[in-house]
Amino acid sequence: MSEFFTLAVLATTLASGIRLATPFLLAALGETIGQRSGVLNLGVEGVMLLGAYGAYYAALNTESDSTAWVVGVAAGIGIGIVMGLVYAFLTVVMHADQGISGIGIFLFGLGFTDLLFQKQVGVPIPIRGVSKAPIPVLSDIPYIGQIFFDHNPLVYTAFALVPIMWFVVNKTTFGLNVRAVGETPEAADTLGVSVNGVRTTTIVIANAFAGLAGAALALEIGIFQNNLTSGQGFIAIALVYFGAWRMPWVMSGAVLFGVVSATVVQWKTLGIVSGGASSLTAMAPALLTIVVLVIVSRRIGAPSALTRHFDRAG
Amino acid sequence: MEPESDMNGMATAPELDNDSPAAQRTNRRAILRPFLGIAVPSFAVVAALAIGAIMLLALGANPVDGYRALFVGGFGSWDNLGDTALKAMPLLLVGVGISIAFRTGVINIGGEGQIVAGAILSTLVALAVPGLPAPILVPAVLIAGAVGGGIWGAIPGALKAYAGVNEILSTIMMNIIAGQFLSFLLQDLLIEEGAIKIQQTKRLSENSHLPLLWGGTRLHLGFLVAILVAIIGYVLLFRSAAGVRLRAVGHNPSASRYAGMSVKPSIVQALAFSGACAGVAGAVLVFGSETHRLIAEGGVAGFTQNAGFNGIVAALFGGLHPLYTIPASLLFGGLLTGGIDLQRELQVPAAMVIALNGVVVVFVVGSLRFKSWLARWIDDGETK
Repeated sequence: MSEFFTLAVLATTLASGIRLATPFLLAALGETIGQRSGVLNLGVEGVMLLGAYGAYYAALNTESDSTAWVVGVAAGIGIGIVMGLVYAFLTVVMHADQGISGIGIFLFGLGFTDLLFQKQVGVPIPIRGVSKAPIPVLSDIPYIGQIFFDHNPLVYTAFALVPIMWFVVNKTTFGLNVRAVGETPEAADTLGVSVNGVRTTTIVIANAFAGLAGAALALEIGIFQNNLTSGQGFIAIALVYFGAWRMPWVMSGAVLFGVVSATVVQWKTLGIVSGGASSLTAMAPALLTIVVLVIVSRRIGAPSALTRHFDRAG
Repeated sequence: MEPESDMNGMATAPELDNDSPAAQRTNRRAILRPFLGIAVPSFAVVAALAIGAIMLLALGANPVDGYRALFVGGFGSWDNLGDTALKAMPLLLVGVGISIAFRTGVINIGGEGQIVAGAILSTLVALAVPGLPAPILVPAVLIAGAVGGGIWGAIPGALKAYAGVNEILSTIMMNIIAGQFLSFLLQDLLIEEGAIKIQQTKRLSENSHLPLLWGGTRLHLGFLVAILVAIIGYVLLFRSAAGVRLRAVGHNPSASRYAGMSVKPSIVQALAFSGACAGVAGAVLVFGSETHRLIAEGGVAGFTQNAGFNGIVAALFGGLHPLYTIPASLLFGGLLTGGIDLQRELQVPAAMVIALNGVVVVFVVGSLRFKSWLARWIDDGETK
């Protein structure tokens, strides 16, 4: 255990924690704005898988190594937007149960990406992925630079989106409408806000984020495999509860989960845990999620209209 | 979910001339009403098959050949039907549990973990008392499976009832925990000694093996167990006082509370029953398997074959009714069996069946509103 508590190893672990937090953070930011408008988007895991495969496949088939990741990111976001429109049609127009249709989207994403991967790629061919872009000067600070300023552009993007999303939700008219629609859709409707219009927008945003999160995951690892996300999308949804629907707290939760995941990996690498014991430590993120949910669930109220459909006539 | 439009007023409408609009409505209702129940699943399956055809075309396969391979593979011979029933078994068991949970208003996504928990506990029983005679050991491992799955379901149930934890998230986390625990056990405590390091137990006691049924297929006792569980699930939900309470809680928790029903224990019970059904599936998967071991090679999905999720599809397709879930799970079991033929004959990976299952779920829940529009049209002659 002592070999874990050295400055160099701790800095490496924290740095990889920040990196591993990125897909959680992106998916959770999108989910947060969706839930603030009253929509529980449970399809995140499936959309992340679709985004990850799309990004992987697009990058694999791009000639130039240096732009492959950009094409991959575009593919991930594009797929997310399409899935967002599908989910919006299902839940806003057809009033489908948000939880169960999310599970349907998860199954579709799980099966469809496996199908496409086996058919189109077959063997796991590594892609170049997205490479690090150290920030000049700042990345030279000992330890601090390694932890915060020596990452790929998607990591910086995810963390830069936190204040942006906070601003959108709290300081813009659109954000005011989102919150109104999520708390009292009837009142918002009376004031002339299009409840279903706002929700369609937030669903598309949420799914675009989920697609981007999947792309970030695949481009970071540089590989695709069946069930690549292995529950990360669901943990991202839990992070929204953890963060009490506030962007900065959601970010803190994502970093916490990233660091826990990185620690589990680091312990295995250092041989602190091995074999069966490493399976036990791999339970940590899931156990932590449950503990966190137990602590926060009774204390913080969700948006009042969460999962409630809106229909002016009925 | 949408409440169906109220038609109590129409039921007592007086007799009228056959030509009057009201009489036409009554006639239409008499003819069309009985079909309303199957409208949603039929629409969903047609729509899903259409999307599947598009997928097949996109993958360069002829949809007609694809569906022929799928259905012949699933239902084309006695052997194939036997395999279909084998695949349907865990779907049915999980599906019965899902029906109980969903009707109590609890969304149980934890089937995977509950299957694993049932498999682990039943395996431990078979390892602890291998010498018991088969007529005792077989029921014992099945009950152990139910207990294991039941505990794994009751935990998120209690967390929801007493701590307000969203059960969708907690059951998914319980899946991950069960999977890692299985991997831990089979790398350490329960791994077959001396063998090359494969994540599996030794061959379990012959006395715990589920006997094959007549007919020369690979079908075993587990199928009858699954049917029995479906009947028990039906009686519990629709023919018992407990079922009335569970469904009332699912329909309107606050009204049930005012009516003096114990809402919180009901939630725990629903998830415990639901998990118990899935746990039996775990035992059946171990003791009905040809290897007769608990194997975790290929991860949890390799062991459960995603039955924890596919059972949800079967249950939704069966209208959350334990008995209708029997044919529904045979249909999806057939797709899973046929998926192997699809892969062999057309080189279309069997994963397509999982994708199609997702599409079916989406269409079933997406078309409930369509059903209520249809019901309104049948009753009132108006479309909304």
